[in-house]
Amino acid sequence: MARDFGFLILAVLVLAATCESAVVSPVSESHRSAALELFSPADGSYGSLEETYEALKTFKVLGIEKKHDIRTSSCASVADALKSTSSALKDFVDALRVNSILKCELNSEAVRGIQSKLKDSLNGANSLIDFYYSIGGLVLLKEQISEVDVHLGDADRIFRSIKALGQSDGRWRLSSNNPESSNNAAGIALEALAGVISLATPQIDNSLITTLKNDILKLFDGIERYDDGTCYFDEKLVGARGHQSPLSSSASVVRGIAAIAAATTETLNLPGEKILGLAKFFLGVGVPGSAHDLYHQIDALSCLENIRESTPLILSLPATVISVTKKDQLKVRASTVLGSPAPTLSVRLMQIFVSGSKDASVIDQKLKFDAASGMHVLETLPKNIDVGSYIFSFEVIFHNPEHKKTYVSGGRTRVLVHITGVIKTDNAEIVILDGDRGSVETQKKLKLPGDNAVALSANHLQKLRLSFDLSTPFGNVFKPHQAFLKLRHESGVDHIFLVGNSGKKFEIILDFLGLVEKFFYLSGRYDIQLTVGDADMENSFLQPLGFVELDLPDAPEKATRPPPQAVDPYSRYGPKAEISHIFRAPEKRPAKELSLAFLGLVLVPFFGFLAGLAQLGPNLKNFPKSTVPSTFAILFHLGIAAVLALYALFWLKLDLFTTLKALGLLGMFLMFVGHKTLSHLASTSSKLKSV
Amino acid sequence: MGKSATTRDVHALFHSLRSAYAATANHLKIIDLYIFFAIATALIQVAYMAIVGSFPFNSFLSGVLSCVGTAVLAVSLRIQVNKDNKEFKDLPPERAFADFVLCNLVLHLVIMNFLG
Repeated sequence: MARDFGFLILAVLVLAATCESAVVSPVSESHRSAALELFSPADGSYGSLEETYEALKTFKVLGIEKKHDIRTSSCASVADALKSTSSALKDFVDALRVNSILKCELNSEAVRGIQSKLKDSLNGANSLIDFYYSIGGLVLLKEQISEVDVHLGDADRIFRSIKALGQSDGRWRLSSNNPESSNNAAGIALEALAGVISLATPQIDNSLITTLKNDILKLFDGIERYDDGTCYFDEKLVGARGHQSPLSSSASVVRGIAAIAAATTETLNLPGEKILGLAKFFLGVGVPGSAHDLYHQIDALSCLENIRESTPLILSLPATVISVTKKDQLKVRASTVLGSPAPTLSVRLMQIFVSGSKDASVIDQKLKFDAASGMHVLETLPKNIDVGSYIFSFEVIFHNPEHKKTYVSGGRTRVLVHITGVIKTDNAEIVILDGDRGSVETQKKLKLPGDNAVALSANHLQKLRLSFDLSTPFGNVFKPHQAFLKLRHESGVDHIFLVGNSGKKFEIILDFLGLVEKFFYLSGRYDIQLTVGDADMENSFLQPLGFVELDLPDAPEKATRPPPQAVDPYSRYGPKAEISHIFRAPEKRPAKELSLAFLGLVLVPFFGFLAGLAQLGPNLKNFPKSTVPSTFAILFHLGIAAVLALYALFWLKLDLFTTLKALGLLGMFLMFVGHKTLSHLASTSSKLKSV
Repeated sequence: MGKSATTRDVHALFHSLRSAYAATANHLKIIDLYIFFAIATALIQVAYMAIVGSFPFNSFLSGVLSCVGTAVLAVSLRIQVNKDNKEFKDLPPERAFADFVLCNLVLHLVIMNFLG
């Protein structure tokens, strides 16, 4: 039951996230611990210089003191990258970036070599990436080593060549031969242009900066939005460099815009709503799972925090479920995206909407600021707020009117709040009424929620009535999401009824005369179970109340059968019923003595044959006398005897194929011998005849 | 009166048959004896089946048919060996005997297989 309750809460919160009232929370300890976990050095370094930079920048923004001692190895790789002649532009820039955080000692000769390389590549650059890296490297050099001269004389030309790669919809192409444009490239271009502006002597022509401002506004026109105001930049086409996620594209654009805002003193008139939307997008990611994503998120949020003219402010609620029974108080926190405290302001609760309906009430109540916790507290709930789900609409009022121009708070912030409480159940009783007269036959009082075990009996002419009162802690009417009465027959068939209400009183009357057919004419014991539940009810219950013995008339011929009950899935794997095989009754065999008697009787003719033979007196006169024919004659007789013995063996244990094989051999022998004998006999008799 | 004449005739018939039979050659008498006792064995088996029922029917059949078959083969041997039989004048009796032995062996192979 608690699980169902929890699931309901989760479902409602998920729904809330898709509605207009999502709540985001600023950067917190979970981000810091994730950073320490994701950026953990392997073998004393974070990997390439780019990864080292990402790790160092993230730690710096989150304020984590570097726990991992990688300074020596990183400085060594920085020095190597700067010294080597075969490094690409990207490696120089990555090394300089790492150095900007670590501040290692740099060899001045290497620095001069870098400077000349960067300047040469800038002069020969024609793709956006070349411009980006060469200008970026020069800016970093200027920051770190002040005596280096990196001023750009022909800044206008460079500015225009970068702008030439831009498109009318605010996006940029990576090079002139590549028609694909992306937001990511726009971010890179803006950073490069910011670098040009900051390095240019004399100052860049203001008209160019004005056109740049228009480009930025056009870029914002292409931003994607969610219903709740979250904005992000996404790539429409998958470029050759693979798919850029919305997180990295949006982070790139934010970096570009922040760089421009920092480089020029002019106001950019950025759309505050969209800046706040971007802040919500980055915070809405939560804690990313990969190091790259965490870097993009944290870097973008730090850029947003430091944007001069539209710093986003976030209203976050640590708890959106308030219990009136426990006398919880609604607390709101106003902070920047990185969790730093906001300037002095007050939060006012302007309106309350009842969730799921169009009712709204205008409140305009100021929340008290608690300096100790930094939270704005709603000390007392408005008068007409009872247990239920509401959307609270807050507004931020700055104490200093100047702040309104530099901070963006997004007008009204809508938050889904659940007010929960313990619902009181009173006057619960279950009654059996006589059908015709309506008089009470049995009446039992119930304790809800609590242990009940009523034992009732009824026949089909009677009615069952269950009634109880529900009221909120403030004594108002409460209509829960679920109020069910379930009757379950001992065979497993169950029936569910909704309990309706009029005001506080909840009542259901079951007229068994009308329900006889619905109950499939099953008489017997029915267990009664009552369920009352709601997302905002802290004491939802699902309770067995007892049982009622129902006496229903017998089912007529045509009545519907109750549905078959679900088979217990585990019984499928248990042992099955014993099968008793029915064998064919064996044939009646004769008595043993009878069979033996007949065996003797059958042999009698044989002996009779021998006796008759003796009487007739056959002789062996014609048996051959001389050696060779006599051998053959003897072998002939032996052969026949052998064949008969083979047959006896065949009957006793041999199979047909073995017998046939043996018979074939014996037969050939017998043929030979027999032929010899008989031909000899034939020749002797014919000799006799002729003689 | 007629009765005694009939019986006297029957007796005379028997007597003449017996004397005629006594004139047959010895080897033919041996074959006749063999046939007689083969049929007797078959009859005993049929009587047994009549008493106890034909449960292993294949055994009954094989037993009876072996007796009957061997009797039939002996009859054909007798026909072929009989010197008075003009049809088989040129057939040497040894050849007929060899046929008899061979056919008997084949018959008994089949019988043994069918006996079960």
